[in-house]
Amino acid sequence: MADTGLVETLLQRVEKVDGGLDSQDVATSLGVDHQAIVGAVKSLQALGDVISAEQRSSKHWELTGEGCEIAEQGSHEARVVSSIPKEGMPQSQLMKLAFGKVGFSKAMSNKWIRLDKGHEGGPRIFKTVERLEDLVRDKLLLVQKGQASQLEEKEKNELKKRKLLSEVTVKSYWITKGSCFSTTITKQETELTPEMIASGSWKEKKFKPYNFEAMGVAPDCGHLHPLMKVRTQFRQIFLEMGFTEMPTNNFIESSFWNFDSLFQPQQHPARDQHDTFFLSDPAQAHEFPQDYLERVRKVHSEGGFGSQGYKYDWKIEEAQKNILRTHTTAVSARMLYKLAQQEKFTPVKYFSIDRVFRNETLDATHLAEFHQIEGVVADYGLTLGDLMGILHQFFNKLGITKLRFKPAYNPYTEPSMEVFSYHEGLKKWVELGNSGVFRPEMLLPMGLPEGVTVIAWGLSLERPTMIKYGINNIRELVGHKVNLQMVYDSPVCRLDS
Amino acid sequence: MPTVSVKRDLLFHALGRTYTDEEFDELCFEFGLELDEITSEKDIISREQGDTKAEGASDVILYKIDVPANRYDLLCLEGLVRGLQVFKQKMEAPRYRRVSPVSSEPQRLVITEETTAVRPHAVAAVLRNITFTQERYDSFIELQEKLHQNVCRKRTLVAIGTHDLDTISGPFTYTAKPPGDIRFKPLNQAKEYTAQELMSLYKTDSHLRHYLHIIEDKPVYPVIYDSNGIVLSMPPIINGDHSKISLNTKNVFIECTATDLTKAKIVLDMMVTMFCEYCEEPFTVEETEVVYPDGRTCQYPELAYRKETLSADFINRKVGISESTEHIAQLLTKMCLRSEVMSDGEQIEVEIPPTRSDVIHACDIMEDAAMAYGFNNIPRTTPRTYTVANQLPLNKLSELLRQDLAAAGFTEALTFALCSQEDIADKLLKNISETRACHISNPKTAEFQVARTTLLSGLLKTVAANRKMPLPLRLFEISDVVLKDETKDVGARNNRRLCAVYYNKSPGFEVIHGLMDRVMQLLEVKPGQGNGYHIQAADVTHHRMCLLSQSLGKSMGSRTTEREG
Repeated sequence: MADTGLVETLLQRVEKVDGGLDSQDVATSLGVDHQAIVGAVKSLQALGDVISAEQRSSKHWELTGEGCEIAEQGSHEARVVSSIPKEGMPQSQLMKLAFGKVGFSKAMSNKWIRLDKGHEGGPRIFKTVERLEDLVRDKLLLVQKGQASQLEEKEKNELKKRKLLSEVTVKSYWITKGSCFSTTITKQETELTPEMIASGSWKEKKFKPYNFEAMGVAPDCGHLHPLMKVRTQFRQIFLEMGFTEMPTNNFIESSFWNFDSLFQPQQHPARDQHDTFFLSDPAQAHEFPQDYLERVRKVHSEGGFGSQGYKYDWKIEEAQKNILRTHTTAVSARMLYKLAQQEKFTPVKYFSIDRVFRNETLDATHLAEFHQIEGVVADYGLTLGDLMGILHQFFNKLGITKLRFKPAYNPYTEPSMEVFSYHEGLKKWVELGNSGVFRPEMLLPMGLPEGVTVIAWGLSLERPTMIKYGINNIRELVGHKVNLQMVYDSPVCRLDS
Repeated sequence: MPTVSVKRDLLFHALGRTYTDEEFDELCFEFGLELDEITSEKDIISREQGDTKAEGASDVILYKIDVPANRYDLLCLEGLVRGLQVFKQKMEAPRYRRVSPVSSEPQRLVITEETTAVRPHAVAAVLRNITFTQERYDSFIELQEKLHQNVCRKRTLVAIGTHDLDTISGPFTYTAKPPGDIRFKPLNQAKEYTAQELMSLYKTDSHLRHYLHIIEDKPVYPVIYDSNGIVLSMPPIINGDHSKISLNTKNVFIECTATDLTKAKIVLDMMVTMFCEYCEEPFTVEETEVVYPDGRTCQYPELAYRKETLSADFINRKVGISESTEHIAQLLTKMCLRSEVMSDGEQIEVEIPPTRSDVIHACDIMEDAAMAYGFNNIPRTTPRTYTVANQLPLNKLSELLRQDLAAAGFTEALTFALCSQEDIADKLLKNISETRACHISNPKTAEFQVARTTLLSGLLKTVAANRKMPLPLRLFEISDVVLKDETKDVGARNNRRLCAVYYNKSPGFEVIHGLMDRVMQLLEVKPGQGNGYHIQAADVTHHRMCLLSQSLGKSMGSRTTEREG
């Protein structure tokens, strides 16, 4: 709150004038800093329509520090002339004076002094004029008196170039009486207190109106990460659909479970050093279900289970190599193998959402690790239509109703389908994820019954989250470099709205 | 997924009609292809090297089409057109035939024992009386390159060599020799080099240097000679200049050398089936006899047609449709799988042509039927599978705790599971050998050297990246770390951790301590030396740190730390 005395003085001044007055003039005449007047204006404005203040800005010329010095003591060149005695002065001595250097060259060009280079004892300077007109000082004095308008633009600009003048913009208020003008101000109460109620004084008090334009005080609270909020929603959707969560807490996987068990051949490019992180320690897995491993070897190298196989030399050494899993489907394979070991097959619906790793080139939408969402259904007699139907239900829960399917290729599913949805904003079909029916070459070696079909689909968690929260660069969403403000500000996640 | 670029007008001419971009995109989608980009050579050059370089380049419109990785028969204009025309029922799938030469013995390729050590397999064939045009020639060269990059796994599995048969004379010998003993003029070079010299010459070749590693450290290099000692090729690196093909070549000798015989046969079948339509007698390929070191002989190309019998019911049940046997046979025929209804009216005999090496199981045939039917015409049904959902107890607890930690005023961080050795060791004043960390053998940068053994480094990095934020920062993360564990089949296991960090101008140990007490309260663990939890000082240089323990003296493995200063 501005100084009450100043506020009242200001009100008295406003009362006395008819039209209104300028805050700068008030400051000058009261001899106070202009900012203090601005403060008083602001606090009066907060009280309602006591005064009205209109912001104005004006430009005017002002002397710089150096300019003030010249106005007071004369220009450098004039001071050079006046400091030289009749018998002259050595140049070196003149140069030692504060104004020496600048003054010397100006005075030389004005021909007020001359330099005798050949003088014994070094170059010496002599006056050539007795009286001189110090025009620079005169002009500056004019500006100082507020009569800058008498100078020509060219003259002003020249002085500006010499850094003696500067043009400043002054902001001020034009203050006039408001509709509730009064010279006395009653202090408004901000809070209703128990005492006011007890004494009844609230009846006479004036209360300050709330400022509904301002933001409230942010509550002191913790926040959940937006990607994890979306994960919670996807988990919820799977649970609503009766899917059981798979134990995906094993980032390190053998190539056997990650690739071979899925009928992904050992020469597949996904098994290249360029695509997958291999481990140097622990480099190899050392335990496999031997019968099953043998059946996997056979189906790859010789075929069987109705398949021609890939007909290549399958090597246990490749299968043993430990990697950071490239998909959670490795866990699905383990779960389906486990299911096949049950005495009697029971239908299952599984899901998982967890991290997977790719040794890929990083860009705005790809990181070396991301979260994969996966759904798997195993039962007798499932059809491709069932897969499309269940995907329809799943995406419906995300608020996505328009779906279409494109034939695709994946080593462990046949048929394989890419799922597209129509994006209303982009006005085009965008890819959401992949889906398919697991190949018999994957399921039958596990020991699952012949008639059992397993359908599955997968998508990344990051992509829908980026679309949901309008984030274009994945690095702004995950990792230690994210701006915590983004986390603080992220709204609740309702995928279906 | 390989991308094939074809000239749009050439494609439309071959298809016998024009399409709008949208119509063609739609056709691709149905057929499992993706029209990835519509561009021109000029566009590509100007994008990659700037407008000035692009001046004068061709502005003929190119379609870039994404082809599924197992459809080698769609990797060139010829194959794409054939596939689409049969799909649109504009033509019948051609029948490819292997024929013997009219008036002479077949060409022979003799494999010697020495190749066993480096690249043991070879197959070959002849395209007789072929007519090249500039476009056909370009496509022929381009297909070799596409096959090399895909099914040939960058020439490691198979390498293709094509030769003007009229410049060489059989029988041909496929052998392997010490690099110093191989000497010839390679393709597009002016003089002869030894194999050794070639390897150093190509060290700087932007294209060929990627293949050198395949044979570089072998004692012998593979090489093919004709009966006069002329070098046809030194696979998988380079062909000889002598036998190079040109627009005027009439008879082409194709050889494929390989480490994987199955793939070599597929590649040879692809090369000949795609281009035998330009032979005087279309769709015929002249056989070549390959003689093995043990005296066995084989005729190539195989061009094997395989028959598979399945029922309409199988397809109807798997896809979820109910179509007549006849209609299903028609659908399969559209996919180049010539099919006939058998006499019982239920079974279908499907013939798989040599171009469809991707069809290895009845399920592949079922997929083709579904594609021809149109995935998007299949009624979407709901499986009647009844199951009860269960959450993983570990994840259920994590979810509950996350909520309560946020309610306690802490903000959730999400940090990477991979990091540098320094992050989990040096920077935390630990020795890497005592971390039980799992190490990655092929990280591209230091950020991916190890799987994290602690969540703390990620949280501290989050603090460091957010120093501009108003204080205090209260952060937590519940996630997995990875530790070596001999008892697991892979020798490692995940471990779920909770880590929290409080960052302010004053240390505020009591804040983090208070959060820990709150977590214990939520987990119904009481404080105390007996059955409860307690903390005790742990001595770590420059840290004021304590260990959190529960009864029986068992450390709960988590620590609260506070960095001084």
